[in-house]
Amino acid sequence: MKVLVAIKRVVDANVKVRVKADNSAVELANIKMAINPFCEIAIEEAIRLKEKGHASEVLVVSIGPDTCQEQLRTALALGADRALQIKTDESPEPLAVAKLLKAVVDQEQPGMVILGKQSIDGDNNQTGQMLAALTGMPQGTFASEVAIEGDALQVTREIDGGLQKVSLKLPAVVTTDLRLNEPRYASLPNIMKAKRKPLETQTPEDLGIDISPRLTVLEVTNPPERAAGIKVGSVSELVEKLKNDAGVL
Amino acid sequence: MGAGNAILVVAEHDNSQLKAATLNTLQAAVEVKAQSGGAIELIICGQACNAVVEQAAALPDVDRIMVADAESLAHQLPEDVANVLIDQLRGGEYGHLLASATTMGKNLMPRVAALMDVAQISEITEVVSADTFIRPIYAGNALAKVQSSDALKVITVRSTAFAAVAETGGSAEAINLETTSASGLSSFIGEELSVSERPELTSARIIISGGRGMQSGDNFPLLEAVADKMGAAVGASRAAVDSGFVSNDMQVGQTGKIVAPDLYIAVGISGAIQHLAGMKDSKVIVAINKDEEAPIFNVADFGLVADLFEVLPELEKALG
Repeated sequence: MKVLVAIKRVVDANVKVRVKADNSAVELANIKMAINPFCEIAIEEAIRLKEKGHASEVLVVSIGPDTCQEQLRTALALGADRALQIKTDESPEPLAVAKLLKAVVDQEQPGMVILGKQSIDGDNNQTGQMLAALTGMPQGTFASEVAIEGDALQVTREIDGGLQKVSLKLPAVVTTDLRLNEPRYASLPNIMKAKRKPLETQTPEDLGIDISPRLTVLEVTNPPERAAGIKVGSVSELVEKLKNDAGVL
Repeated sequence: MGAGNAILVVAEHDNSQLKAATLNTLQAAVEVKAQSGGAIELIICGQACNAVVEQAAALPDVDRIMVADAESLAHQLPEDVANVLIDQLRGGEYGHLLASATTMGKNLMPRVAALMDVAQISEITEVVSADTFIRPIYAGNALAKVQSSDALKVITVRSTAFAAVAETGGSAEAINLETTSASGLSSFIGEELSVSERPELTSARIIISGGRGMQSGDNFPLLEAVADKMGAAVGASRAAVDSGFVSNDMQVGQTGKIVAPDLYIAVGISGAIQHLAGMKDSKVIVAINKDEEAPIFNVADFGLVADLFEVLPELEKALG
């Protein structure tokens, strides 16, 4: 079974972003970028499926300008077999991403597609579910455990009240939650080897997909700042403040 | 697609009880209605969910109720619920489809949006107009004002950003929908739901959360003792959940639960960006941490630099 993993280049999780002065977007110039943390978990899960003998090949795909080749090379260094960049000027909306990925699914016929549950820039949490809809596949979102049982996939999902276990017919789409696995680091020899692994580039036109946006971002602003608080010296002072000043106890 | 302006709201329930988050989502629908004039219809998909239909009928802001009751909908798996919604939406009577941005809504709504070939607007915190909404991006470090050009707007609603609508006084009629057979794509195996006497995190008035500083799950009873004195819910940071101290449903943060109680007490939590994203809209924030440099103090109204293992028993006593 071939496993397809979709990854996104995003602002590093440890960077605190700033809104541009003209309120058009978030400042991305000269900021450290990385693979979206949930996508790292997706890569790791695919590699583990290969190591366990369930997956025959891991194909990693990313959508964006040439800079995203850096993240694809990292995925190859981690153990993916080949990479595909779908070249776009900007980062398309989730619906367009899902359509592009559907075209890749049609070409490659994977047995499973693994994606991060959300990217930490747009926080949309949509692409995996949309891809499942467009390909007619079942979806195992927010997965904390996956197990292949014959021609079905058992997925343990993190839900608001606890955990839910579902069985999905393969091929299926899985989106990763934080506790699915702990991603490995790429070793230096593997980073060197990754440079020789195949990385192909296609365009939305090659795939025949219209990626024009449906949403217009009118403005990006800073959230309201919280006023600076005070330090209290003791538990009794704290309780007194909460009761009398804040009135919340 | 037609140019209908009705507003369809997906009810969240467990076949016996309507979830509180639906009341907040209905408030967002009320605000959309003020702009578009469309009627508000609540759709309930489940099995033997009469009790939910009764609760829904009492909601004064709901104009009509649609009920899809079938065995294939017992566990409300998205593959089957999406098909019911698509059947309802296809006629083009609707301008908006809303659901709560809970794990249920987040799982279901993008599937529906893609099948309808429209974008989704996730976790809105404000209705600006019938086609323009505000939503947080980058873990709430920025707010985006987005305008949709789709005829049907598919939206998930952040519950903490909208008040709950009234629960009594209404008398909406319920219409039973024809349901199609199961998709056969997915099946329910089981679930492990946490059972707690304490209030639910997302609707609690007071929350006390523990982080890595708690050192072990065995120390959480210290937190729970304080919680019980205040009638509070107990939460946790991602670090505490990742370390296996407590279960995932207690996680507050960018990818866990978003909360905004009257009082949030962070104990032994350093204040990573991802945690702040889940609680910084709380009315009053208290931070208890022995590291006075911890970033949590930057958002706290009241900070106490101290050892939590001394503070918690003292706090329990002080609350009498």
